[in-house]
Amino acid sequence: MIFYVFAAIAVVASLLVIAQRNPIYSVLLLIASFGALSGLYVLLDAPFIAVIQIIVYAGAIMVLFLFVVMLLNAPHEDVERDEYTHTHRGAPGDVAPPQLLVATLSMRLGAVLAVALVVELVWALGRGESEFGVAAVSSVSAIGHLLFTDYSFAFEVTSILILVAMVGAVVLARREAS
Amino acid sequence: MATLNHYLVLSAILFAIGTAGVFVRRNLITIFLSIEIMLNAVNLTFVAFGRSLGVADGQIIVFFVMTVAAAEAAVGLAIVIALFRHRETLNPDSWTALKW
Repeated sequence: MIFYVFAAIAVVASLLVIAQRNPIYSVLLLIASFGALSGLYVLLDAPFIAVIQIIVYAGAIMVLFLFVVMLLNAPHEDVERDEYTHTHRGAPGDVAPPQLLVATLSMRLGAVLAVALVVELVWALGRGESEFGVAAVSSVSAIGHLLFTDYSFAFEVTSILILVAMVGAVVLARREAS
Repeated sequence: MATLNHYLVLSAILFAIGTAGVFVRRNLITIFLSIEIMLNAVNLTFVAFGRSLGVADGQIIVFFVMTVAAAEAAVGLAIVIALFRHRETLNPDSWTALKW
């Protein structure tokens, strides 16, 4: 039952991500989708993955996206065909300014996200057995043990990958001295 | 009761949504977000299979996929910023040349 709730949230949020014209809303909806996916990871007895899904994906990667969207300051695609920005700009008196609307909306969204996160974490820590036949491997120590024995080479290669990505990002985004 | 098939079907739906986003949208940021949706659909498959087999390897592969996704996002967004400085647009159709 609870699977269907999370699945519906994930699918609807993902559909809205690709239906939005404003990338900021897309990023926020994708965070909601990732929250639902992390709930599904809890259902699959993978609390470690669920937590790093929220911390790394929703916390770090999506904030990076949001930062770039705000930095580029090009929120709409096909600006010349976008009608409602002009109507908002034309009538500032009778309707609330869009910035104010976005600010209150995002504050409410943030509160809802925080409450949902707390509920999800409490539920994740307090749940019992699941319906799969085999026993779950969900302890962080088991995962860490595997990571540093069987997968130690991949782990070290990953650190090199992150170093390369960091250097590459700095070099690419650097302003050329001319 | 959610079985393995439920998770696989959900993962397939999410992957299809991500693929559709890559092809339908004309905004580089949204295309990147669609790629993230696809990566997450694959992650869900890994965790679901690992759970149904009773091994932790699926979760470890998800760990690596997340690392690669973070690196991809950092480099990809840096490229987007560098290109945006030249063309002042996010439409991928205006970036068909590899060099200028």
